[in-house]
Amino acid sequence: MTETSAIVILIAAILTNNILLTNFLGMCSFVACSGQIRTAVGLGTAVTFVLTMTTMINYAIYHLLLVPAGLVHLQFIVFIAVIAAFVQFVEMFVERFSPKLYFALGIFLPLITVNCAILGASLFMVIRGYNFAQAVGFGFGAGVGWALAIILMAGLRQKMNYSDIPEPFRGVPVTMIVTCVLAMAFMGFAGMVSIQ
Amino acid sequence: MVYLWSVLSLAGLTTALATLLMVAERRLVSYGICRLDINAGEEPLDVEGGQSLLSALYANEIFIPSACGGKGTCGHCKINVISGGGPVLPTETPYLSRKEIRSNVRLACQVKIREDIYVRIPEELLNIKMYTSTVESVGDLTHDIKEIRLRLEEPAEISHRPGQYVQIQVPSQGGPEFRAYSISSPVYEPDKVELVVKLVPGGLGSTYLHGLNSGDTVRFTGPYGDFRLNADPSVEIICVGGGCGMAPIRNIIYTLYEKWPGRSCRLFFGCRTTRDIFYLEQFEELSEKHENFHVVYALSEKPDKDEKWEGDTGFIHLSVDKYLEAGAGRQAFLCGPPPMIEAVTRVLQEKGVPAENIFYDEFS
Repeated sequence: MTETSAIVILIAAILTNNILLTNFLGMCSFVACSGQIRTAVGLGTAVTFVLTMTTMINYAIYHLLLVPAGLVHLQFIVFIAVIAAFVQFVEMFVERFSPKLYFALGIFLPLITVNCAILGASLFMVIRGYNFAQAVGFGFGAGVGWALAIILMAGLRQKMNYSDIPEPFRGVPVTMIVTCVLAMAFMGFAGMVSIQ
Repeated sequence: MVYLWSVLSLAGLTTALATLLMVAERRLVSYGICRLDINAGEEPLDVEGGQSLLSALYANEIFIPSACGGKGTCGHCKINVISGGGPVLPTETPYLSRKEIRSNVRLACQVKIREDIYVRIPEELLNIKMYTSTVESVGDLTHDIKEIRLRLEEPAEISHRPGQYVQIQVPSQGGPEFRAYSISSPVYEPDKVELVVKLVPGGLGSTYLHGLNSGDTVRFTGPYGDFRLNADPSVEIICVGGGCGMAPIRNIIYTLYEKWPGRSCRLFFGCRTTRDIFYLEQFEELSEKHENFHVVYALSEKPDKDEKWEGDTGFIHLSVDKYLEAGAGRQAFLCGPPPMIEAVTRVLQEKGVPAENIFYDEFS
């Protein structure tokens, strides 16, 4: 794995191994917040930022603390704690320095703590044995990929507002179906690059 | 051994994270003491930064109207922030018109004090006081509506106009909150405030008020509201209420007949079933004394066969349409749920009552 460059991993994380469309992680906020493009952009940006930063911090904690101390089995709980604390910190920071961004993102930031894509990315980084540069590339790519998926979905859902969808399929069911179609479309990228 | 290590290191890590967060909070969220200047007063107030403008004003006994308790959902706490308020937030824009945004009107509950701030507040709002009162009686009007009579203690009297409301201080887990209720007792009883409260399941204010017993202490602020009764005796007053929207109307009618015994007034009140009727006998008694007072109660659901009901049935706007003849020279006050307000406003306008003479208290 070590020979794959960070750029390749970044592109792969966005297109071929999209964390949402191939691993189906982060589905709950994806379904709940994909009603409008504006909200989707806000949430996508927040996820990208938090995903990149937490992957970096968790990389450092894993390799500098957990591995030397032989406490690898604690990775789940430690990663979760770090993500929760980081989100809190970002919330305070954004509120202090950009109240407008805070109110645009503020509602989504606490949501991100429980977004499984964030924890998923940290765990993939460990399982796949990435080095630091690869981890950063993967974290950022996974974030951009997630944002891309939710923005595409929001665009589709805004169009679907004008479609005559049968009553039982309205809302979440049709969103799930469209997500599957979107995932299949993304399989078209599969031959480009691949990571495990 | 590995278990001990695991527990210790996890505890250490969480402590470290919590400490980091606390340091960050102290550094980032603290704004120190800021100056709050009201109407270019001689002595600006020193207030703790980081809190909302509304709570800073409340702490200094300036009671801006706010029906939702600072959640940003009622849009009542509008004041002029001349400087130091920061940009208008997305949570405020739904409640502010373009003109208001241009003239620096903000929602006091959404403005956070981060620096010295200069606000302008109308004199009338500065006169609003906090009252302490004792519950004199709590009586059932219907199965879910209670009449609560408060006797004022400190200050001993309240000077209000009919149609105005007070904000009851309701204890809650996160500190006291305020809920708005109209005054139903007439203005010539300045030492009393009566409320008509419908129990809303899960509602903070109504649950608290329904649980009161005589002798309990209740604190409230007021009076709020800018409705003014038309003082021209030739103008007919039309009152339309629905559900529990009776309180301001009762105040208006009794005050009206105390001042102008011969004045013309019509009351239309809509209930769902006979179980929901209240105050009908009192108003019928009043209409016997004053020949120009007319009362119409209507039931929106058809009464059962064994029930005795000779009055109207159907929604209340239909009764308004039926009894009111077209003509000007009227002032209307409506109180009830939004669909009722909308329907009655339409009927009144068809009857020639201009929009500027129609006032309403809308339940949300």
